[in-house]
Amino acid sequence: MSGLALETRALSKAFGALAVSQDINFKLEAGARHALIGPNGAGKTTFVNLVTGVFAPTSGRIFLGDEDVTTMPQARRVKRGLVRTFQISALFRKLTVLENVTLTISEREGVANDLFRPAGARRALIEEAYSLLEPLGLAAEALRPVSELAYGRQRMVEIAMALALKPKVLLLDEPAAGVPTTESATLVDMIEKLPKDIAVLFIEHDMELVFRVAKRITVLVQGAVLVEGTPAQIAGDPRVREVYLGERKHT
Amino acid sequence: MSDATSPGPDRKAQIDAFARRHRFKWWEALPWLLAIGAFFIFEPYRALGAQIFATVLFALSLDLIMGYAGILTLGHSAFFGVGAYVCGVLSVHGMGDPLLGLLAAALGAALVGFASGAIVLRTSGLTLLMQTLVVAALLQELANKAHSITGGSDGLLGMKITPVLGVFRFDLFGTTAYVYSLAVLFIGWLVARNIVESPFGRSLTGIRENVNRMHAIGAPVDRRKLIVYTISAAMAGVAGALIAQTTSLVGLDSLGIERSGDLLIMLIIGGPGKLYGAFIGAPLYMIARDRFSEINPVYWYFWIGLFMVFIVVFARGGVLGMIERWRERGRR
Repeated sequence: MSGLALETRALSKAFGALAVSQDINFKLEAGARHALIGPNGAGKTTFVNLVTGVFAPTSGRIFLGDEDVTTMPQARRVKRGLVRTFQISALFRKLTVLENVTLTISEREGVANDLFRPAGARRALIEEAYSLLEPLGLAAEALRPVSELAYGRQRMVEIAMALALKPKVLLLDEPAAGVPTTESATLVDMIEKLPKDIAVLFIEHDMELVFRVAKRITVLVQGAVLVEGTPAQIAGDPRVREVYLGERKHT
Repeated sequence: MSDATSPGPDRKAQIDAFARRHRFKWWEALPWLLAIGAFFIFEPYRALGAQIFATVLFALSLDLIMGYAGILTLGHSAFFGVGAYVCGVLSVHGMGDPLLGLLAAALGAALVGFASGAIVLRTSGLTLLMQTLVVAALLQELANKAHSITGGSDGLLGMKITPVLGVFRFDLFGTTAYVYSLAVLFIGWLVARNIVESPFGRSLTGIRENVNRMHAIGAPVDRRKLIVYTISAAMAGVAGALIAQTTSLVGLDSLGIERSGDLLIMLIIGGPGKLYGAFIGAPLYMIARDRFSEINPVYWYFWIGLFMVFIVVFARGGVLGMIERWRERGRR
């Protein structure tokens, strides 16, 4: 099983009679740059929610590395390195950018149970948080409340917080949504510069970004895998052209 | 947005500013200087002063859970009352040492806080509000029924508080009470400030701002809430004991929800979640009550109500919120 960061076997989810995920067999290689694409309502976010443990699957299994995590609670999967970002930013809005990331690192390191030493005394944690902000171009806004940032910048904070948890598998749910084109270059740059040992799966509508970053692409249609392959294979596949590339949508 | 693209913000300066937030600022000395000044200037009001200090401590304990952790409660008087009764009952039975009384009050209130918190903190919002209210009501009724111990609705009779450290007798003018309460408040403030500035305290603000995100980054949210609830209960218990000791009175009203409501108003006037809201709201409220009730002993609540409407409409975030907005406007 070595070489796989994440695997699902025959993963299915139904809400009542509505099957939103059908028999998904999916493999994410270690160090992968893998994109999950598909038209609206294809069940991409549902898939992320199943993998991270927000929903319990109706049937099928989920493996993180060699370990079966199908029934493991969300927080424990986070501790094992399965980290996601959210499609709609979920940040500590009134706190500063640096505070958002520092809080996350404090939890990762388990120092947040300390009632005695001042938080500012743990300078190494703050330095680390700040170092995460710099490559994302957030340094200048480090001391501003998140709520004062433009939406695109908030997306960057979201990614900084995910990285702060030191993920092994990183799930990016539409990282480019709401990011203005002037900044999407920073985003692409950032994703390309992610440490090689992190396996990255991203859901994205921006095809330019998908084809620039992804080494493999999986196309999901109506809850099932339509096809999987390299970007060249996907771009040349007539079925994909038919269901997806024909109707470029940015949502 | 121009600063976002300007090259090289000063890394060290920004990290320094962030890492030094817990350092003492000059204005943090103001409450203490005022309290020392008032000791000499308002000599006839020392007894009132002692009560104000105890109430500030009480409001400070509420700020820890409500202002920082975002735990809404209408039953904080439960812990105040438990503290008052514990130290009162001890003193009736010959254990009237003030410091021993405070310690016992803290322990008793912490115990009740821990036990009730373990149950009620599983909920949030209105359900939580109702449950905290129920805890206070239950304890009040318990104190009412346990007439032989608490004196029931007659109040606790025969409290005998010995001199502080065996030296300073509680006098009629409230001089000892004033200094004693101020000293206890000072220690309580140091404790609260330390908690708020610790990584634990910072994580409480995370819980307040976005509890789901705290779960998502793997924080033990329930445990954190229970810990701060217990600490806050202990602090409220000490406040209750202080008032019991300095007035030699404990009645059923010390457990009443009216006291919780008053407390909430004080914190809202001062500004919650900023540590110093208690220091502004409690004195303002108590001095206003003292003045208004002198003008009209029956309808003074009307003026408090009017004042509250003013705060809510014009001064969101209380007095401290107002000051913060002024300072920000000045900076721009």
